[in-house]
Amino acid sequence: MGEFVMKKDQWIMGIETSCDETAVAIIKNGREIASNVVASQIESHKRFGGVVPEIASRHHVEQMTIVLEEAVNQAGITLGDLDAIAVTSGPGLVGALLVGVNAAKAISFAHAIPLLGVHHIAGHIYANRLVTEMKFPLLSLVVSGGHTELVLMKEHGHFEVIGETRDDAAGEAYDKVARTLNLPYPGGPHIDRLAHEGVPSINLPRAWLEEGSYDFSFSGLKSAVINTVHNAEQRGETIKPEDLAASFQASVIDVLVTKTLKAVKEFKVEQVLLAGGVAANKGLRAALSEAFKELQGVDLVIPPLSLCTDNAAMIAAAGSILFEKGQRSNLALNGNPGLELSIHN
Amino acid sequence: MKILAIDTSNYTMGIGILIGDQVAGEYITNLKKNHSVRVMPAIEALMHECEIKPSELTKIVVAKGPGSYTGVRIGVTIAKTLAWSLGIPITGVSSLEVVAASSGRHFEGKVSPLFDARRGQIYTGLYEYKEGSLHTVIKDQLILSKDWAKQLESQDDSILFTGVDLHLHQDVIKKELQDKAVFASPTEYNPRPAELAFLGKDKPAEELHSFVPNYIRLAEAEAKWKELNQS
Ligand SMILES: [Zn+2]
Repeated sequence: MGEFVMKKDQWIMGIETSCDETAVAIIKNGREIASNVVASQIESHKRFGGVVPEIASRHHVEQMTIVLEEAVNQAGITLGDLDAIAVTSGPGLVGALLVGVNAAKAISFAHAIPLLGVHHIAGHIYANRLVTEMKFPLLSLVVSGGHTELVLMKEHGHFEVIGETRDDAAGEAYDKVARTLNLPYPGGPHIDRLAHEGVPSINLPRAWLEEGSYDFSFSGLKSAVINTVHNAEQRGETIKPEDLAASFQASVIDVLVTKTLKAVKEFKVEQVLLAGGVAANKGLRAALSEAFKELQGVDLVIPPLSLCTDNAAMIAAAGSILFEKGQRSNLALNGNPGLELSIHN
Repeated sequence: MKILAIDTSNYTMGIGILIGDQVAGEYITNLKKNHSVRVMPAIEALMHECEIKPSELTKIVVAKGPGSYTGVRIGVTIAKTLAWSLGIPITGVSSLEVVAASSGRHFEGKVSPLFDARRGQIYTGLYEYKEGSLHTVIKDQLILSKDWAKQLESQDDSILFTGVDLHLHQDVIKKELQDKAVFASPTEYNPRPAELAFLGKDKPAEELHSFVPNYIRLAEAEAKWKELNQS
């Protein structure tokens, strides 16, 4: 026997069904993607102008085993090779979450594989670890359809929410403004595209909130956009949608970037991670990159688009940390639509 | 042959294990409690008691609805994923058929199992035992209990009504059918998971990936969309 013990590779399966993507992924040693399969339902929900929870749940049941099989086949491993199964247990649509949670529990039981319930936002943050190793303390700006948060991490698995939205999430504001401009669902990418063709010439408010607060508020901005369109219609004027989109986007990005930079200085972080579906926004990516050019010694990490939107590789990546910390869920794990991101997730 | 049967389609939660032709174990509750939290621990406990490892299972049988959308989905998701991960066949059985089998085996006549579907409606169907096996006379559907009772007036036989929600519709049925209607007693209401296992035992296996619950109803948004787009 040699004195070196070969460390076995760690294989984690991730399952994500919190909204309208049925996703399964397998990652190796916490950071390498072996497979990352996402079945999107967006085409089905487009006709309703938004995600219909009951229909999302039905699609998850239709897709679950197909996506599982594809993820296992692509990774070229067997279920017996898995060290753990990580699944999004919240937040999200409860009926949708339950499909992933119960599928994960069934595999965990059938093959005696440890089960890990993962917070969806922890997953979004950990998508970054599939790009580069984390350096603490770090700050993550999480922007998605349901979330706008600034999360401070002092070590792996430690999440401190220092700021969050008090009303609409940034993604929600995007969707509502898109509807006002009669853009198809989902509106975010359309606004982003239009914004690049327009000039931010319309004066829209920025909600800074009280001094020192890292919280966000986007409902006032959303109302201002709607009022601007309404007033112009009454006066028989036309507003260029491109300019309105550019002005709206400029306001959102200004607040996000300014608050992030302020937190970077106050908490002296080494790294800033962009996370969540809105991180796919080109305007936001560009503005953050520009702002961080001047900051010495702080890395800005922006994951590729495929890892910003909902996927299961990010859930497996977050699960890998829970696994190493010895945290386990049991077969009574439930889907929790209002799950809070706590310090010891 | 070792079969695991799972029914979470309504408030009654049932797990059954068949070893050969023997009913090795059953777990039944009829509680308004969360199936998602309770069903896997119940499966684990019952299999442990019966000393069966998951890898020894040869088939999964599941109640595929109708019932609570979420409830049916929990059972079908677990059943599909177990069958897929163990590489064994899966068979779906009507949740109503299980109730019919659980109270109607020795009844001379036809059996109408029912689940309440709110606003005077029920999920029901008409079944009959012939030479020891259960047959469908009228397929599962969603209907006002009053209309269903009227529709059954033309049946020659007596009809046994059964199911945990019977008390909600018993008066309406009695009024329409008088003595033609017979009512099961509470000990017969719960769908027995062992009956589910036997019903699915010899039925052909489903195509695993495409197997879905029988919700009977379209999702509300889907129904409205169809109404608007197909006229
Ligand atoms: Zn997300």
